[in-house]
Amino acid sequence: MALIRITSPHVHKPTSTAGIMRLVILATLPGILAMTFFFGWGTLINIVWASALAITFEALCIRARNRPLSFYLRDNSAILTAVLIALALPPFAPWWLTAVAVFVAIVIAKQLYGGIGQNPFNPAMVAYALVLISFPVEMTRWTAPFMLYGEGWNILAFTDTFSLIFGSWVEHADAFTSATPLDEMRHRGGLTTEEAWRASDVLANVGAWHAVSAAYAMGGVLLLYKKIFSWHTPAAFLLSLGGIATFFYIISPDTYADPFFHLTVGGTMLGAFFIATDPVSSATSNKGKIWFGIGIGSLIYIIRTWGNYPDAVAFSILLMNLAAPFIDQYTQPRAYGHKASKRGMKEKI
Amino acid sequence: MSKIFAFHGGIHPPENKKQSTRAPIRLAPVPEQLTIPIQQHIGAPAKPCVHVGEQVLKGQMIAEAQGRISVSIHASSSGTITDISPQSVPHPSGLEAPCISIKTDGQDQWIPHQGLADYRSLPPLELINYIRNHGIAGMGGAGFPTDVKLHLGDDHIVNTLIINAAECEPYITADDMLIRERAEQIVGGIEVINYLLNPTHILIGIEDNKAHAIRVLEDALRHTKLNIDIVVVPTKYPSGGEKQLVRLLTGVEVPSGRIPADVGIVCQNIGTVAAINQAVHHGTPLISRIVTVTGGAVGKPQNLEALIGTPINDLLETAQVNHNTLSRLVMGGPMMGFTIEDDAIPIIKTSNCIIAAVKEEMPPAPPSQACIRCGLCEQACPAELLPQQLFWFSKSREFEKAKHHNLFDCIECGACSYVCPSNIPLVQYYRFAKNEIRDEEAEQRKSDQARQRFEARQARLEQAVLDKEIRRKERAAQAAKTQAAKKASSETAAQTPEDNIKQLKTAAAITRTKLKKALSALEAAKADSSDNIAQLDLQYKQAEHAAEEAQKALELAESGIQAPATSVAPDIKQLKTQAAVARTKLKKAQQALKIAEDKGHDGADTLRATVAQLEEKSVAAQLVFANAETDAASSSSSNPLPALKESTDKALGTFKKAEAALETAIANSSPAAEKMKAGVEKLKAKYTEALAAQEAAETLSAPKATEAPAQSFEPQPTARTPADLKALKQNVSIMRTKLKKTETLLASAEADSEQAGELQQEIVRLTQLHKDAKAQLDAEEEGKIKAAAAQGIDLKKLKIDAALARAAVTKLERSIKKAQEAEPAELNALQTELLAAQQQATQFNNTLSQFE
Repeated sequence: MALIRITSPHVHKPTSTAGIMRLVILATLPGILAMTFFFGWGTLINIVWASALAITFEALCIRARNRPLSFYLRDNSAILTAVLIALALPPFAPWWLTAVAVFVAIVIAKQLYGGIGQNPFNPAMVAYALVLISFPVEMTRWTAPFMLYGEGWNILAFTDTFSLIFGSWVEHADAFTSATPLDEMRHRGGLTTEEAWRASDVLANVGAWHAVSAAYAMGGVLLLYKKIFSWHTPAAFLLSLGGIATFFYIISPDTYADPFFHLTVGGTMLGAFFIATDPVSSATSNKGKIWFGIGIGSLIYIIRTWGNYPDAVAFSILLMNLAAPFIDQYTQPRAYGHKASKRGMKEKI
Repeated sequence: MSKIFAFHGGIHPPENKKQSTRAPIRLAPVPEQLTIPIQQHIGAPAKPCVHVGEQVLKGQMIAEAQGRISVSIHASSSGTITDISPQSVPHPSGLEAPCISIKTDGQDQWIPHQGLADYRSLPPLELINYIRNHGIAGMGGAGFPTDVKLHLGDDHIVNTLIINAAECEPYITADDMLIRERAEQIVGGIEVINYLLNPTHILIGIEDNKAHAIRVLEDALRHTKLNIDIVVVPTKYPSGGEKQLVRLLTGVEVPSGRIPADVGIVCQNIGTVAAINQAVHHGTPLISRIVTVTGGAVGKPQNLEALIGTPINDLLETAQVNHNTLSRLVMGGPMMGFTIEDDAIPIIKTSNCIIAAVKEEMPPAPPSQACIRCGLCEQACPAELLPQQLFWFSKSREFEKAKHHNLFDCIECGACSYVCPSNIPLVQYYRFAKNEIRDEEAEQRKSDQARQRFEARQARLEQAVLDKEIRRKERAAQAAKTQAAKKASSETAAQTPEDNIKQLKTAAAITRTKLKKALSALEAAKADSSDNIAQLDLQYKQAEHAAEEAQKALELAESGIQAPATSVAPDIKQLKTQAAVARTKLKKAQQALKIAEDKGHDGADTLRATVAQLEEKSVAAQLVFANAETDAASSSSSNPLPALKESTDKALGTFKKAEAALETAIANSSPAAEKMKAGVEKLKAKYTEALAAQEAAETLSAPKATEAPAQSFEPQPTARTPADLKALKQNVSIMRTKLKKTETLLASAEADSEQAGELQQEIVRLTQLHKDAKAQLDAEEEGKIKAAAAQGIDLKKLKIDAALARAAVTKLERSIKKAQEAEPAELNALQTELLAAQQQATQFNNTLSQFE
């Protein structure tokens, strides 16, 4: 009998970081399906391509950093980042755009900061913001939803999609490209929202975006149920965005888009359930997460409405990532047996 | 049923309780050997009151409580004390602690004992002491002496008694089985505690996974008059933690760093309650307890009533352990228990469970991954801390921040570690941080104490010095007073400067002696051609300097005193002395130089320089003396004539010379003639003035105009030779001066070429004249030396001898002066000596003057 000395606790919940990552990836499935359904094979091809790149970059970095390769590769975090990037990019984004984004996310935003758990910013959003600023043309050239565009479901063939992504863009491009509803709303000129709704084809097809958002929300609710993250961040995020949108919509319905529009188009749902809840780069305490979510929601509305970019999920999340350590300092929970919660990092003398 | 207040966090680990509740509680067999630690509780260890070899009976006290927080220890069975020594005890550290070993005799014979007939008749204090003497300590885990908690009514208002039957840790069923089988003991115990604390509420907190126990308990409570509430709480670890249970049952939180009694609550473990009942009603001390023996490696998981001190192995054997599959032996629960490596370790009062786990139950922890800040730990923490922040701080040794994030409110329940998906050993990090902080604080306290001690000592020493100083000052003041009084009584205030002079004289004498010593040393060194000549020379010079200073100071002081009293005469005397001293020095130096030169010394050059200096000094001193003498002579008005005559002569001489020069210049039609003319006019005026003064003086004191003072150190100039020589010398110097003047003129008139030529001629002529004069002088001097040599006298030597003689005279004079003041007895001898020396000096001088 060879007994060993181990301090308590002696039992552990059979959970693992890899398992959590896997579950989050699985939770994106409804979103992936919806994207594929409405926007074609491009999303799937991008996911596979981005994942392969992510694993490669991750492996190279881990090797370069002299860390155990399989131990770190098995945590699935690189794949999750890749999936989120692929979902955020336009479905027919050229291969090199995805490659640049994944490189930035894995190598620069994650590994250079020290790998998993050490990155102050969400890698997928750093990558997204970078390619959005660097390649605005490719990034704003979205696809019109297939199902609602023509008569019946007329999806672009898989091989055509493949060649579109990895071949030359120009030949087929114009047939499918279109702006996003947020673009239309942002650049509607002097039209009122009412007029814009009537005039725009894209806005007429907004149902596809609603559906994708609903799919993301489904996945998010699953994760919430599984207690992968707490309700604080997404709730604060969506409520603040919706609340501000409602406020302005009530003030001037002609000038400002309705709250439902804000909540169901663009990256709102993906951001609320899959990006802002990234624990590494978000605030720590429940109180902090609420402030974090409020910050993101408010920033999204401000940038969308008065800023230069039609969508602002990436920028808002990155800005709040920046603020997270500060929020942490002032949102310590009140510990058991204490009258008030503490603040800052050190005792006040 | 009371309301339940939820506490934050908590986890739901697999319960694993069913296995051990199937069988009833069995009595464990009496082991052959009992090992009873003398400290099974928090506080001071009990003091053994038996000795090795002593026979003890079951229930006999073998160690007595020591101090306020302590409980007694009793023999669990009858037998012989075989050993009192450190042995392995159940403790996370695995360290050894003093234990009393009893070899049981198998009789299990009780000491006579009986319970209290009516505990209510006893004063509470006595009852509390009774409980303390029966060895009752908390049986839930920490082992806090029960009597201390029962004492709390004195300084706390206790309104709520909470009986902890939550038993939230997985595997453990000891309390569950106790309730099921011995509920009446619990009720009896609660009544005793109620008598002591008299709370307004009594709550039994029990988790809802013990349905059977709850039913039994409800039945048992029907037989008591007390109003006892059973509060069924949801099963959630760690609801059995004292703070969590308090919160669950009352909604009140125990303030950080305080005890429940501070908010009017006392908690007792349900096993402890039963033990109190057994002690009070049956007189049975705490010598046995119910232990859950369970785990995958145990064939028959069950609860055993084991004697305190029974080796764990005996219980495991009773429960049919499979040693082959056993991988980890845990005492306590899986969340907060500790592993044991030695199965001879005994059961103690706090041992509620032994888990013999197989590998699948408690697998070794996988390697920990990076923290992804998922926050699951925060959701699980029952103390509402931020475990991941604490983890970062502990890992990076930022203990200050960890403390600020309430590290010390962590109860180490292990919930955060349990839920961590990255398998980070969080609790271990917190334990590490806590220990580091405790160590640091201990160090801090130590160093603070040391510093305080040091500072106190320093202050003491300083005070001592100050006191000393004050005493010294007081004494000084006293002395000054006496001195002042004395002074006031003595008549002359002028005494002081005289004293001063005396001192100065002594000092001067000392420095002189030193000077002499230095000189002799220097000479000796020179004679030996030693290496340290330069050093000695330096010393000599220093000494010389010191001597001069001293002398000067002395003179100053003397003149200061005597000036008002007498005329300038003493001054002259001093000057004379000074001049003489300077001469002596010069002579000495010359002598030294000569010696050095003779020996071909290296130091000759320095000596030569010294000689030159001394020569200068000597001349200067002589001059000063002469001046002073003249001044004195003129100012005294008694005899101004010689001086006046001299000055008239001088003026006349200068005038004539100037005239001659002027004539020459005019004859040569020199351009400087006009200037010279003016100079001659001035000189003429001077001469006339001097002449007038002389005449006036002559008319005033004609009869007094006689010879110079009788005694003089200077040789009396003979009529012939000096005049001759002097004239020659003068001639030479005049020629030199003229030559120089002309040269200067030439230099300034260089531009005018005509004049330059004339001047050149003039210079040539003057140079010739100068040469002639010098040659004349040299010839004269040479003649003198030759003449002396012809008489067998070395002129140089003669000069030195004369100087030495003079010096001897001076010395003697000084000695006499001293003797006059100090030793009058020697005065005569010295005076005779002085006379002899003076005669010698005069002789030398005379001889010398013949040749000069």
